[in-house]
Amino acid sequence: MITGALATTAAVAIAERRARRPLSSVYAGRSHAILLRGLLALRTSNALAFMTGFVEPVLFLVAFGYGVGGLVGTVEIGGVEVPYAAYIAPALLAASAMNGAIIDTTFNVFFKMHYLGLYRTMMSTSLGPLDVALGEIGWAMIRGAAYAIGFLVVVTAFGLTTTWWALLLVPAAVLVAFAFASLGMTLTSYMTSFQQLNWLNFFLLPMFLFSGTFYPITTYPQWLQWVIEATPLWQAIALMRGLTFGVLDGGLAGHVAYFAVLATVGLYLTARRLDALFLR
Amino acid sequence: MVAVIRAHGLTKAYGDLVAVDGVDFGVEPGESFGVLGPNGAGKSTTMRMLGATLQRTSGDLAILGRDPAHEGPIIRAHLGVVPQQDNLDTELTVAENLYTYGRYFGLPRAHLRERVDGLLAFAQLEEKRDVKVDALSGGMKRRLTIARGLVNEPSLLLLDEPTTGLDPQARHILWDRLFRLKEDGVTLVITTHYMDEAEQLCDRLVVMDGGRIVAEGSPQGLIRAHSTREVVEVRFGSDRNLEVAAHLGGIGRRLEILPDRILVYSDSGEHDLQEIVARGFMPVTSLVRRSSLEDVFLRLTGRSLVDE
Ligand SMILES: Nc1ncnc2c1ncn2[C@@H]1O[C@H](COP(=O)(O)OP(=O)(O)O)[C@@H](O)[C@H]1O
Ligand SMILES: [Mg+2]
Repeated sequence: MITGALATTAAVAIAERRARRPLSSVYAGRSHAILLRGLLALRTSNALAFMTGFVEPVLFLVAFGYGVGGLVGTVEIGGVEVPYAAYIAPALLAASAMNGAIIDTTFNVFFKMHYLGLYRTMMSTSLGPLDVALGEIGWAMIRGAAYAIGFLVVVTAFGLTTTWWALLLVPAAVLVAFAFASLGMTLTSYMTSFQQLNWLNFFLLPMFLFSGTFYPITTYPQWLQWVIEATPLWQAIALMRGLTFGVLDGGLAGHVAYFAVLATVGLYLTARRLDALFLR
Repeated sequence: MVAVIRAHGLTKAYGDLVAVDGVDFGVEPGESFGVLGPNGAGKSTTMRMLGATLQRTSGDLAILGRDPAHEGPIIRAHLGVVPQQDNLDTELTVAENLYTYGRYFGLPRAHLRERVDGLLAFAQLEEKRDVKVDALSGGMKRRLTIARGLVNEPSLLLLDEPTTGLDPQARHILWDRLFRLKEDGVTLVITTHYMDEAEQLCDRLVVMDGGRIVAEGSPQGLIRAHSTREVVEVRFGSDRNLEVAAHLGGIGRRLEILPDRILVYSDSGEHDLQEIVARGFMPVTSLVRRSSLEDVFLRLTGRSLVDE
């Protein structure tokens, strides 16, 4: 019938089976249920907002790559002269992975956390904080990676990707989007008002403009170059450019390690924060 | 059979504020247990501890024989939770709300499709299945929240102020649904600040105030222990109540003087009302009624349950 008075129900059997595994108090192995929720919400409510993210980098490519690019001419990379549009394409790819992941884990996550009460609801079931963290970060990763891959298709159609190495841009975009999502969700989980989120935006725009997106950072003094090289967007742009032009060196492994660490630390901190907020 | 809830010295402090202050109670399988108390009494805090989503500061707590500090996920798999705020997923439709919630428990798709239909029927929301939840009335949202709490076939359902803010008709529909659950043998824990709700739904209840339990018993038992059979309510106008009360000594067992009326606790209301009139005091309005949990609360705490 409607309930199972003190019987061992399916839900209980599932939780009991899981309890024998390690980490069972924080992870039920069901972050896919949260991805499913994201997919249903996309279909029911958020489809339009989702689509806009595909358009933005294409607008930048047209305006800067072809508009400004007409004035700039070519840029030298690894001894090869490439058109300006081809120079900024990998940077815009990195930025679109970042934007998708960050929009989702800042404004959307904040709304879900404080207005929908969604995470409280999720954690009143047998889900754990790591399920929720992984599911939500995973969903934002899908969004960021989707924008990046959509953009990759566009730039390939424009003839701006030149080597087969560019195929590696897909897993790179997934990694970068995951890391940005991890970082975004960690920061958002500590925020208490929309104003604080706007502060975050205040940092994102200069990062987008000055991280070697549109011109090499060698134009800056050395100390500033070091600061910029520490930012995740510069790391992402360097990774994407390296892959796009097949300039593969030890630096690439460094970028990958950077994002792997960011992703892992962010995931851990997010899970811990969700636990503190909704299970303590 | 293992008790559904055992709490001993259960305490929750938020910094210096002790929201729940060493409460003891137990709930047996199939019982309908009420927690009656005004705003700020510590009801929601207690419910969250029972729901294994808030850790106690001290004391012992066992839910179905398990400690929520260590076996949270298994306990939560046993529970249905209807929080004070509906917390429905407004980005989803009615049916999607039920379906995704079931998926959070790991329930299989095929099982859920059937179950969602059953729950929509139970909540009388079949016609709303593909509507977004924003479009529902308050009563419908509440029924959907209850249906959502039932997705995992819980043996214990925690309802935090299930009918606060609903109109009388919506409340009665909701009570009817809760009666059905009770008949099915679900253990219910219900917090409320409506005494009629506690009288209707609860086999046994505790009265909470300032984080402590001030009385415990069945609704009838509490009324018998802390109040009289009947109450006479008389009003002489707010400026005269106090003055008149001074002349009513010896009538009834006890007087309670409120700003807007005098309550006479009485074994025979009609007799005592005649006595008041016989002493030459003609009330503007008068009412003889049976004692309620409201009177118990007033007696125990010196305050009204619902702010008027
Ligand atoms: N998260 C919290 N942090 C600090 N104080 C809280 C918190 N939650 C509740 N309180 C306080 O604890 C007391 C009891 O609250 P609550 O359990 O919500 O009462 P009720 O549900 O009976 O109205 C109140 O004084 C409330 O302000
Ligand atoms: Mg409350």
